[in-house]
Amino acid sequence: MTETKTSDDPAAALTTQITFRGFNFYYGKYHALKNINLDIYRTQVTAFIGPSGCGKSTLLRTMNRMYDLYPDQRAEGELRLDGMDILDKSVDINHLRARVGMVFQKPTPFPMSIHDNIAFGVNLQERLSRSDMDDRVEWALKKAALWDEVKGILNQSGMSLSGGQQQRLCIARGIAVKPEVLLLDEPTSALDPISTMRIEELIAELKEEFTIVIVTHNMQQAARISDYTAYMYLGELVEFGVTDQIFIKPQKKQTEDYITGRFG
Amino acid sequence: MADNSTKPSSKLGEWVFHNVTRLFALLTLLILVGILVSLVHGAMPSIEKFGLAFLWSSGWNPPMDEFGGLVHIYGTLVTSLIALAIAVPVSFGIALFLTELSPAWLRRPLGVAIELLAGIPSIVYGMWGLLVFAPLFGQYIQPFLGATLGHIPFLGRLFQGAPMGIGLLSAGVILSIMIIPFIASVMRDVFEVTPGILKESAYAVGATTWEVVWNVVLPYTRVGVIGGIMLGLGRALGETMAVTFVIGNSDQLDTSSLYAAGNSIASALANEFTEAVSPIHTAALIELGLILFLITFTVLVFSKLLLMRLAKQQGQRT
Repeated sequence: MTETKTSDDPAAALTTQITFRGFNFYYGKYHALKNINLDIYRTQVTAFIGPSGCGKSTLLRTMNRMYDLYPDQRAEGELRLDGMDILDKSVDINHLRARVGMVFQKPTPFPMSIHDNIAFGVNLQERLSRSDMDDRVEWALKKAALWDEVKGILNQSGMSLSGGQQQRLCIARGIAVKPEVLLLDEPTSALDPISTMRIEELIAELKEEFTIVIVTHNMQQAARISDYTAYMYLGELVEFGVTDQIFIKPQKKQTEDYITGRFG
Repeated sequence: MADNSTKPSSKLGEWVFHNVTRLFALLTLLILVGILVSLVHGAMPSIEKFGLAFLWSSGWNPPMDEFGGLVHIYGTLVTSLIALAIAVPVSFGIALFLTELSPAWLRRPLGVAIELLAGIPSIVYGMWGLLVFAPLFGQYIQPFLGATLGHIPFLGRLFQGAPMGIGLLSAGVILSIMIIPFIASVMRDVFEVTPGILKESAYAVGATTWEVVWNVVLPYTRVGVIGGIMLGLGRALGETMAVTFVIGNSDQLDTSSLYAAGNSIASALANEFTEAVSPIHTAALIELGLILFLITFTVLVFSKLLLMRLAKQQGQRT
C-alpha cells in the first residue's frame, strides 16, 4: 500500500516512536484488544477511529499505562517507546507519563490557578527557579495558543475559563513537561465548533515538535488533522495507513463501510 | 378542558404544601430563638452577679456561691482541639487509604467498620475510656510522652505532671476516637465524588498517589472536607458522657499540663445540675450552657466564613 497518490508518502523518512507487537489487553476476563501490531511515527498525527467500544481509547491509554490505576486491567505482548519496554514492571511510571502526556475527553483543570495548573506537572519532574518556571508557563501557554487570552489573569483559577480555554489549558499543561508523545482522547468531544477548530489548528502546529495520537469519533476530524489513521473494530486493528489512503481508497471493505457511513 | 377542572384543587394543594413547609421552616427558627431566650433568662441571675468576669474567672465554689466558667470553657476548647489535632490527620489517612490505596475487597468491610465506630453509644466510650484506656494510657503512653515531648521548650509543659491516666489529654484522645468515624466517612464520601478523569489527568502528568490526593483531590473537595471537620468539632464540643468519665471533673486550673484533671461545660452540666441547690448555682450552670451554645454558633459562623472565602478564591485567585 505505497503506490498511487501516496508517492509523496514521507514514511520512508519517518522513524517509529511507539511499536505494538502481538499486543493484547484485558478488562478482567474480557479480551478488549486482540493481537495489535502497530507503529506510531515520530512527529506525525496518528488518529484512531472506529465505533464506540472498539477499543480505541483503551489502546490510547496503554501508551502511558493509565490502566495501571485499575487492578483488574492488564496488558500482554510487546509495547515499546523508543525501544524501551513500556510494559516492564520496573519502568518508572511517573517518568513514563512525563514522556507521554495525555489530554482527556472533558477539560480537567486542577482546582488551582492557571499558572499553577501548568507549574504543577513541571514541579513534579524538575526544579526550576521562579523566573524559569514563569518562562516555562509562558512557553507552554503560547504553544497552546492560550497566552494572549490569559496573560493578565494567570493568578485566576483555571476553573474560571471557558470550556475551550480549559481544554487548551490542559494541552498546555500536557506539553509543559516537554513530553515526546501527546495522547489526545477525544479532546474536542465536549467543545463547541469554534473551540474545536482552534484545537485542531493547534494540533497541526504541535506536530512539528510532538508525536500526537488522537482518538476521535469524528471521522471528518480524523481526515482533517491526521497523517495516519488506524481503523479499529471490536478490539482488532482492521486497517492502518496514510490517512488520505484510508479515506479515499481503503483496502478493507469493513473500513470502507465505516467511513462511508454505511455502518457505525 | 379537563385541565381546568383539576387546576383549582392542585392550586390549593400547592398553597397548602407551600405553607406547611414554610411553617416547618419557621418552627425551627422559632425553637432556636426560644432556646436562646430561655437560656439567657435562666442565666440572668448569674450574668447580673458575675458579669463578663464569668468568662475569665476560674473560681467555681458552689458552697460559697462563687462561680466562674474559665475551667469549663478551657476544658471544652482544649479537649476539642486535642481531638481535632488527632482526628483530622488520621481521618485523612483513612479516607485516602479507602478511596485510593485499599484493595477492592477490603474497601467495604473497612468502611462499614468505621461507620460502626460512630454507632457505639458515648457512655460505652466513657466506660471503656475509664476502665481500659485510662490505666494503659497512664502507665505507658503518658510517661513516654513526658520523656519525649516533655523536653521540648514551651510545648513540653503540656506533657508534665503525674501520669494519672485521666485528665484533659485522655478526654481529648477519647473524643478523637469518637469523631474519627464522622470526619473519615465524610472525607471518604467527598473523595469518592472527585471525577475519575480529574485524578487521571493528575496521574497523567506524572503525579504520585500522594501528590494527586494532596494537590488535586483535597483542594477539589475542600468544602466537603471542612464541613466534615466542623461536624466532628461540633460533636466534640458538646460531647458529655464520654468526657465526664475520663476528664477528672476537677474545677481547679493551676497547671498548664494536659495531664491534669479538668472539666468541660457539658460534663459539669451533667454532673452538677441535679445537685445545684442555690438559684445562683443553677443560673451559673445555665450560663455555661449558653456559652457552649455560643461557642458552637461561633464555630459554625467561622466555618461558613471560611467556606465563603474559599469559594471566592476559587472564582478569582488561588
